[in-house]
Amino acid sequence: MTGELIHALTVADPLVGFDTAALVDNFWALTVDGLTYGSVYALVAVGYTLVYGVLRLINFAHSEVFMLGMFGQYAVLMMLGFAPSGNAYNLGVTMTVVYLAIALVGGMAVSGGVAVGLERVAYRPLRKRGAQPLAFLITAIGASFVLQEFVHFILPRLTGDRLGGVNAQQPIRLVVPETQFTLFTANITNVTIIIILSALILALATDMFINRTKFGRGIRAVAQDPVTATLMGVSRERIIVLTFLIGGLLAGAAALLYTLRVPNGIIYSGGFILGIKAFCAAVLGGIGNLRGALLGGLLLGVMENYGQVLFGTEWRDVVAFVLLIAVLMVRPTGILGESLARSRA
Amino acid sequence: MRSQTRHGSSALALALAATLVVAGCSQKEAGSTESDTPGTSSAAADLAIVPEVQIDVTGAEVEAGEAQEPADPAGDGTATCSGVSLAMAGALTGPNAALGQNILYGAQVALDKHNAANADCQVELKTFDTEGDPQKATQVAPQIVGDATILGLLGPAFSGETNATGSIFNQAGLLSLTASATNPDLTANGWTTFYRGLANDAIQGPAVAKYLVDTLDYSTVCVVADNSDYGIGLAEQITEGLGDAADPSCAAEVKTGDKDFAATVQIISGADADAVFYAGYYAEAAPFAQQLRDGGVDIPFVSADGVNDPQFVSQAGGASEGAILSCPCGPAPEEFAAEYEESAGQAPGVYSTEGYDLMTIMLKGIDSGITDRAGLVEFVKTYDGPGLARNYKWDQTGELESALIWVYKVS
Repeated sequence: MTGELIHALTVADPLVGFDTAALVDNFWALTVDGLTYGSVYALVAVGYTLVYGVLRLINFAHSEVFMLGMFGQYAVLMMLGFAPSGNAYNLGVTMTVVYLAIALVGGMAVSGGVAVGLERVAYRPLRKRGAQPLAFLITAIGASFVLQEFVHFILPRLTGDRLGGVNAQQPIRLVVPETQFTLFTANITNVTIIIILSALILALATDMFINRTKFGRGIRAVAQDPVTATLMGVSRERIIVLTFLIGGLLAGAAALLYTLRVPNGIIYSGGFILGIKAFCAAVLGGIGNLRGALLGGLLLGVMENYGQVLFGTEWRDVVAFVLLIAVLMVRPTGILGESLARSRA
Repeated sequence: MRSQTRHGSSALALALAATLVVAGCSQKEAGSTESDTPGTSSAAADLAIVPEVQIDVTGAEVEAGEAQEPADPAGDGTATCSGVSLAMAGALTGPNAALGQNILYGAQVALDKHNAANADCQVELKTFDTEGDPQKATQVAPQIVGDATILGLLGPAFSGETNATGSIFNQAGLLSLTASATNPDLTANGWTTFYRGLANDAIQGPAVAKYLVDTLDYSTVCVVADNSDYGIGLAEQITEGLGDAADPSCAAEVKTGDKDFAATVQIISGADADAVFYAGYYAEAAPFAQQLRDGGVDIPFVSADGVNDPQFVSQAGGASEGAILSCPCGPAPEEFAAEYEESAGQAPGVYSTEGYDLMTIMLKGIDSGITDRAGLVEFVKTYDGPGLARNYKWDQTGELESALIWVYKVS
């Protein structure tokens, strides 16, 4: 009986495939693609990690900040006269860059605005009343639902069914993926280049901002010891707003990059899983640690991409979470440890 | 504090500017390889799902029979009845509402015609929202059964809810005429009041598979399924029907809700296949079709009724062109489409035609003088007549005697 069961599980219809050949064949393509995805995770993860560092709050509504960023850049493009069609526009290089830039600003503005607004409306009143950490967490989850359902039900009414609703937005595509060159065996497309380089630059800029500027020092000071920081003349409230703003701006940028990669992903529920993955990445790298979030994002993107080819695409999310659990068992505070304040190294 | 703010924003501005420069450089390379028609969309925007051929279970094309005059719900305008109503049950709200509404609006067209022509026989249509959820349906079913004026039911719409409520309708002797529940097992329950107005899934799978192999001469097909009951079941039947033509090395499974199929596209681009069959719904099929094209996979994209929705075309755009979509549902003739659009304010969708046809059949029953539930069941049992979509004649089990599948193409 047991023998039959084992036979059934392993030979007849294997529950888990183990396709090493496919992994080896596509190794470089998968690595590059994983880095593309990981870049988006990394940018979103920064939002989780900074807020956690400063407030010890897991801002579960951050995935919706990202989602609204997708709608933000989409709405901006619509206002510029782009009709959604599912087909790619061919605008020539200069205009594509200009429009992408405007869309980027639009996405960042919406996400940044929502993040700061969220802090103002949902978290600050709680803080003023000295609420317990659990109240913040529940509020964050509630805010996440509110924002999702806003896009699901209310936004379509406000915009005459042009935005939001039950279906994904019909894509507006400005860039068609085309192979630019081949690295080892991987075809590198223009979209890949835009995403990875943009993310890299944004990550470096954020790192510099946190570690080199006075404001960054303020953030680190509040993260390390809020009371002493306040005594030293740092305005905690302003630092908190700034932290949400940075997280929001990066999420908005990530939203545009993600939309280039997945044009059909603009839907009210489109941020949820990605947000959880990004949170995962933040914890993986060490939550509260900026560089940890960046590293965690890239690592998660690459590993889950390997995993889904090795075990089958339906195991993609499982790989991500198993990786997280495995790392936390060995290093409970994440790969780079859990400190924004001491993240200079 | 002020100077710090400025410092901060200048750093961000720097980051922004740098991003733009980078985006610009890489885009230049892309632009140079494309045609230089700035500002224009690269493919025609007027793609639509158009009916191609009708096939039977062996995949052979079936010539459309002689154009018979479809049943007219208006009848001769002399029917008399009073205090009778019909019910429609299905998802009218919730994520799958579009499907229930397609059926309801189709039925409404038939009802309006009937009531306008027959002043002495005003039939009421009572709607019951199940949200497509079996659990909600079991709460709704007793209400339907308990309303003595209801002589027949159009629905339930989905297989799950039909399975959950069939015995309730059967016990009450209430006709349950479904326009969309296609799970093959439903007619094997021994219910005597359940009739299905279209072909079931056990016909669609093999019919499409044989059509691909025998008519379109595909020798290698990659079967990709999502993880829904529908997708898994359909993929099994397609794979079985394809036989040797189904290539296991490029078969893949994806998840409902996924929007990125890079790994699957990678696998399929490596296989030398003639076509991709996708078993699932349009929400995933659209990005998948798009990413296949972007990934340089130009083989035909084949799918079934779950993808047969205008949303698929609008989401996938040019990538949907040439896609082959099967459906047990019949196309809406032009005249009906116009009436429907005027009545419902939108174009007819999947199963709208079935909703109209089945409603018409029940109305004809009432017009013939039937005043009780048993009479209507008996009427449908012996019914034999053409509708807009097909000829309706049922066998002992409640299946159509001649159940055909329509093949549509996006063009």
